[in-house]
Amino acid sequence: MSWLEKIPQKIQRVVGAVNKKNVPEGLWSKCDSCQSVLYKTDLEQNAEVCPKCAHHNRIGARARLNQLLDPDTKTEKRIEIGANVEPIDPLKFKDSKSYADRMKLAQKEVGEKDALIVIQGKIHAVPVVAAAFEFKFMGGSMGSVVGERFARGVDAAIKSQSAFICISASGGARMQEGLLSLMQMAKTSAALTKLSQAGLPYISVLTDPTMGGVSASFAMLGDVIIAEPNALIGFAGPRVIEQTVRETLPAGFQRAEFLVEHGAVDLIIDRREMRQRLANILSGLMKLPKVA
Amino acid sequence: MSLRRATDTKISYLDFEQSIAELQQRIEALQISHDEHDGLDISKELDQLEKKQKKLLQETYQNLSAWQISQVARHSQRPYTLDYIRELFTDFEELHGDRAYADDPAIVGGLGRFEGVPVVVIGHQKGRDVKERQYRNFGMPRPEGYRKALRLYRMAEKFNLPIITLIDTPGAYPGIGAEERGQSEAIAKNLYVMAELKTPIIGVIIGEGGSGGALALGVVDHLLMLQYATYSVISPEGCASILWKSASKAPEAAETLAITADRLKALGLVDTIVSEPLGGAHRDISLMMQTLRKLLKDQLVALQKKDTEQLLTARYARLMSYGKFKETTPK
Repeated sequence: MSWLEKIPQKIQRVVGAVNKKNVPEGLWSKCDSCQSVLYKTDLEQNAEVCPKCAHHNRIGARARLNQLLDPDTKTEKRIEIGANVEPIDPLKFKDSKSYADRMKLAQKEVGEKDALIVIQGKIHAVPVVAAAFEFKFMGGSMGSVVGERFARGVDAAIKSQSAFICISASGGARMQEGLLSLMQMAKTSAALTKLSQAGLPYISVLTDPTMGGVSASFAMLGDVIIAEPNALIGFAGPRVIEQTVRETLPAGFQRAEFLVEHGAVDLIIDRREMRQRLANILSGLMKLPKVA
Repeated sequence: MSLRRATDTKISYLDFEQSIAELQQRIEALQISHDEHDGLDISKELDQLEKKQKKLLQETYQNLSAWQISQVARHSQRPYTLDYIRELFTDFEELHGDRAYADDPAIVGGLGRFEGVPVVVIGHQKGRDVKERQYRNFGMPRPEGYRKALRLYRMAEKFNLPIITLIDTPGAYPGIGAEERGQSEAIAKNLYVMAELKTPIIGVIIGEGGSGGALALGVVDHLLMLQYATYSVISPEGCASILWKSASKAPEAAETLAITADRLKALGLVDTIVSEPLGGAHRDISLMMQTLRKLLKDQLVALQKKDTEQLLTARYARLMSYGKFKETTPK
């Protein structure tokens, strides 16, 4: 390339940099559903639900738990459960990248050690242990750590006579842990038998997406199963089904509304009402005073 | 009823068995030419060829890759659930349907006797020929199949009968109707109920242990796995097309997924490996049955000695032990 040709490129680069500065990154976002341009702070204050069309954006595990749980007070603090349980690479799994590397990358990018965060606290003074999936961490996939944290969460709920809530957002089992991840389906489901025996409620909240091994275990075992609007929920992924049956899938297939229609889910709740209505349901099940 | 032996039925050969197949052709050609020319002594030559073939079979099967093992696990002549039921159980009465929607032929179950003891036996069922394969949906159950199994689990519990499950499925069926009728819930419910079912459960992976569709029959007190069976969270092809973006990388995926009996035993996920006849269960079905009968009997006797509380405590501890992770010191 001659020096003459290089000049326009340099100009381009300079112009590009200026343009970027004019639109500060991260201030605005566009709704995936209605394409409205939204001010990010507005979106955050609206629980990541589009104020124009009520599209529910995916949300991180900690933000989710912060929305649901009562804030810390001087005397009562929320307790994180199983934070010291961290993943290893038991199979020395390797595709184009090793599992160990993928895991490290996810940990660095997401700032979490694995895909499930479990916190003990209260919702409108109702005692709960709440688990939430971090979808950004390897697609919210369930491996040994997710299963162990879930089981410890259930244990903590029994010990503290709390309800257990799990907010799912997961592609399913984590392939990189092979059969160990499949066994987490059995482990988590078994843990829930003890919660039932203790007479404590389990609420399963299904958010976009809840698929595969997560859907086919604890996610479908709630005393009450709640879904967020339009969440994709199912056992097999839509593409796999399409390839198997060689038919076009019906409109709205595997969406939350479809599941309510087919009797698989109790009700759909808008995220902005989730905290209030969870408290309402739990206070009823636990025979606690009516929530204000 | 005649059982297949190496000598009396045509074995279909897998890709990696081609040199063994060629020797078989030479043996057969020699036998035919002998029939045509009576009096020719071929015994020495035949003996040599057969010895060579056996040696080759031994060498091949000593070093099977995970991908080759999954071909054996899916072999079209491999004994299926109804073959085991016919050979190992007496007085079998098949019980159909989920009492709600339909009977799913991809799962069979019923009441039978094993070594004289009344038991409930439930397993995935694949089909042998084109028509039966379709009828059995290739061993891929729909929700009603799992709900039939659930109903039989409950019945076994009620009458305090041990349960034996036989696992052999590519996976739960990914279809529109299956989703509409709650495939996820059907599997989940089985996992939950099996975890606290008040009767002994023994599982045997006889062929393909395909993911959640297998696990819905796999929450057990003792898990046996045939030497050339597989058990996996996802099929090697499925894993390869997701992670390598190409199903042709299935052999690599099979290796790294740890789907074979020896690796799963080392991980503590399988209790007993059931050795198969040389060249796989389909080459000597009666020997396969004999081996499994003995191991099943041992486990049944051992589990029946435990009272319900011991049984359930041990099962729960076993379920909770699944998983490999590290624990850092809390800050």
